[in-house]
Amino acid sequence: MSQTRKKLLVDPLVDNNPIALQVLGICSALAVTSSLTVAFVMSLAVIAVTGFSSLFISMLRNHIPTSIRIIVQMTIIASLVIVVDQLLKAYAYEISKTLSVFVGLIITNCIVMGRAEAFAMQNKPIDSFVDGIGNGLGYGLLLMCVGVVRELFGSGSLFGIVILNPVGDGGWYVPNGLLLLPPSAFFIIGFLIWGLRVWKKSQVEEPEYKIQAVVDH
Amino acid sequence: MENLISLAVKAIFVENLALSFFLGMCTFIAVSKKITTAIGLGISVMIVQSITVPANNLILTYLLKPGALSWAGFPDVDLTFLGLISYIGVIAALVQILEMILDKYFPPLYNALGIFLPLITVNCAILGGSLFMVERDYNFSEALTYGVSSGFGWALAITAMAGVREKLKYSDIPEGLQGLGITFITAGLMAMAFMCFSGVKL
Repeated sequence: MSQTRKKLLVDPLVDNNPIALQVLGICSALAVTSSLTVAFVMSLAVIAVTGFSSLFISMLRNHIPTSIRIIVQMTIIASLVIVVDQLLKAYAYEISKTLSVFVGLIITNCIVMGRAEAFAMQNKPIDSFVDGIGNGLGYGLLLMCVGVVRELFGSGSLFGIVILNPVGDGGWYVPNGLLLLPPSAFFIIGFLIWGLRVWKKSQVEEPEYKIQAVVDH
Repeated sequence: MENLISLAVKAIFVENLALSFFLGMCTFIAVSKKITTAIGLGISVMIVQSITVPANNLILTYLLKPGALSWAGFPDVDLTFLGLISYIGVIAALVQILEMILDKYFPPLYNALGIFLPLITVNCAILGGSLFMVERDYNFSEALTYGVSSGFGWALAITAMAGVREKLKYSDIPEGLQGLGITFITAGLMAMAFMCFSGVKL
């Protein structure tokens, strides 16, 4: 794999993470992370959709008139999401029930649209495919991190396998119920972003308003 | 009537689209820096939501459901798999039409809301509203109530968020938490506050 393609694939993981830095696609990232299995399936679905939508849009990029490009992109993305949705319903019915509306919402996931608009419209199909997969992976990575914290400390298991034996089953661990509730996802992502920015200083945002030091006259 | 009121209260507070289902988060975080813009966007979402949810309900009942096409002579056709693509099509088309109508007949309103309207097509709260309507099997009047009240709930959430953020910029926040990080944590605290409504039953 050439150097540029490797960069396309690895860059969105930490340096330019779509969720932590570009604030894209957080809607679903928060809602489906209370169990790791669900988060994993969701990540796979998003990786597949971003990869292939970028590939197809890039293949068609010279034939799409600019005035109607959004609706063409939408149609391609929506068709791919329908395929993913039907596949999940056929082979993983239980998980597709838990994911409920969030599979359909991949259509409006800003990462997919964002990559189509910002990258696939100007670049060659293979590069676009790699870029799509990379951004999908960046999304998946953050989703898995949140999922690990929420499932491990919220119900004491990972992928449904018991790790910390909860008190309810005669063990010692008292599960933290808050982590299974929606607000915890906000906190975890907030702290993850904090951690990431302490590590990568360049991502810190400039404050809009600085408190001025008091000067004695 | 009573069940519609209870549905509305539930959609505004208990099952708030922004704070308990995290829908429309991208815009919720990005456009909540000023109260005035937040109110503008909130109102646009409410208008679009109140039109698209009932419209998609009609599409589902008369075109897509198994047996829905019997009026056209195809009683065995089940087109529900085309749902996603039709809902997003309807949303995109309606937003476009709304934009044209506002431009033609209500220019001041168009100037105020104009920049937000294209954004709304890809707002997950709008598509999410329609998908919840499908999943919960609402009839037309329920869909109308749900559309209006869930849009109102979203508008309420973003306005409150903008209010908090306007004050927040004067506080001394640790470096890495500046901006996005603290916004997430604030949203989490707000979501916890909204969860207090979860025991409310009418």
